Amino acid sequence: MKVLVTVKEVGEPDDDFEIEGTDIAASDLEYDLNEWDDYAVEAAVQLAEAGIADEVVAVTIGPVRAEETIRMALAKGADRAVRVWDDAFEGTFADVSSKVDVLEAVVDDEEPDLVLGGVQAADTAFGATGVALAERIGFEHAAVVNDLELDADAGVANVHRELEGGIEELTEVDLPAVLTVQTGLNEPRYASLRGIRQAQRKEIAVTELEDLGLSAADVESTLTLTEMYEPESESDAEIIEGDAGEAAGRLAEVLRDKGVDA
Amino acid sequence: MSDVLVVSEHRRGDLRDVSLELLTAGRELADALDGDLHVAVVAGDVERFADELNRPGVDRIHAVENGEEFDHTVYAAAVEELAERVDPAAILTPNSVNGLDYAPAVAERLDVPLVADVLGFEYDAADGLTVTREMYGSKVETTVAVEGDRFCLTVRGGEFVPAEGVGDAEIGSVDVEAPESGARVKGFEEVGGGDVDIADADVLVSVGRGIGEEENLDLVEELADALGATLSSSRPIVDNGWLPKNRQVGQSGKVVTPDVYIAVGISGAVQHVAGMKGSDTIVAINTDPNAPIFDIADYGIVGDLFDVVPELVAEFE
Repeated sequence: MKVLVTVKEVGEPDDDFEIEGTDIAASDLEYDLNEWDDYAVEAAVQLAEAGIADEVVAVTIGPVRAEETIRMALAKGADRAVRVWDDAFEGTFADVSSKVDVLEAVVDDEEPDLVLGGVQAADTAFGATGVALAERIGFEHAAVVNDLELDADAGVANVHRELEGGIEELTEVDLPAVLTVQTGLNEPRYASLRGIRQAQRKEIAVTELEDLGLSAADVESTLTLTEMYEPESESDAEIIEGDAGEAAGRLAEVLRDKGVDA
Repeated sequence: MSDVLVVSEHRRGDLRDVSLELLTAGRELADALDGDLHVAVVAGDVERFADELNRPGVDRIHAVENGEEFDHTVYAAAVEELAERVDPAAILTPNSVNGLDYAPAVAERLDVPLVADVLGFEYDAADGLTVTREMYGSKVETTVAVEGDRFCLTVRGGEFVPAEGVGDAEIGSVDVEAPESGARVKGFEEVGGGDVDIADADVLVSVGRGIGEEENLDLVEELADALGATLSSSRPIVDNGWLPKNRQVGQSGKVVTPDVYIAVGISGAVQHVAGMKGSDTIVAINTDPNAPIFDIADYGIVGDLFDVVPELVAEFE
């Protein structure tokens, strides 16, 4: 079976950051593979190692900079990658449907049996692309999966969906399917030096909208980011000043006052 | 086409709080659109749920009897059917694990824009809909303008006041024929049993990502011992396998309300805060002065936990 893993490069803001226009200044962001997607990559690579998946293909929608990130997925064991980008995405706030337009075209080309992606991207936090993609391409789906066992012969994935409040839903999902993967599903590996070396030789197919039979009009977003600002702190916390010793001393007083003592 | 359709949520026999919050959100939006508020209740004991959802401001409740528990195939079919009948401008669902298992599919099917994890919104006829939502792990808030006059929003729990009182909504039942589901729910499992119930603790020392490495956990264990407190954690610590699931505070873990909650190296993501905001006294120790944990803390130390915690242990030894 063939597994397609959707990955995204996301920026993690520094403790101190500036907002420029409607985004955080690029110089104040550390770019990395989206945490949730790291678990999806690991799940796919484990399926390959178990002999269940014949091929793992990583796909990302992202600029040249994102190559470093997708290279990381290759270093961890994905066989090859597709990076889709187009000037049409530059400076826009892509909506779910535009991303699905792109991913649908990639699915048409790749014909995977299973699509894995993270529950959400750490930056935009929509958590919607996977399920919308499943609807578009006629796959079954499950959102927020934190346990996965694939029974390829029976054509099903047995998953746990992590509901709120410490409850898990045990569900049998027909393949082909899109599963959105929750953190904690597995233990994502670090890329080995050998993996990093091998990744340099693996293929990243740089793809533009035209290559996918799409045009800029197809991916025009219905959403516009109009403002970004730091939320006004609602804090009425007493910030305890001083060096570590002084602060700990004052906090100890507070805690004793609240009845804390061994 | 100016009505609002709210989709309620229930689980294992109970209506979830977010359902009543959505009634408030839905009424606000319906007022702005000058339309009616419709509420869908799908599966389970729909009659009882419909009565509970009958609050002032609700115009019509559509009860779809079909199965006991959540099934995304049934939910998607029901919402699609109701969208056809009601022709709503807006569909509101909870931004919950189950909400995100059908709302994106419904938006895709109806070809309407979806905005997820919505905190608030404004609508006026001239400018259309603008929603408020967070990005970058709650570090920034944004406004997003939505094109067109139809949309689907998944609304975050805890942002709107639950609707109260008894209303006079019209309650009707709707038959929905859903295709056979390709995702079959086999059961439920409660996780987080085990040696200790952090929900019973009076004092919790809770550790987060700031601890860095597993071997550093000794430090917070010492603090918990020194204070006679119980050790708990935020999600990443459990994801890494450093502490068992029964120690996890938050939306997908335990909801705790101790007398004192000491957050050590926890930034305060919304999912974590949902699990501990009811604590009597909240103390936060974090290097980042902008960490959202300070927004709900009563006392804060902006500093390195590796400097502060040993000093605090010494104070109690």
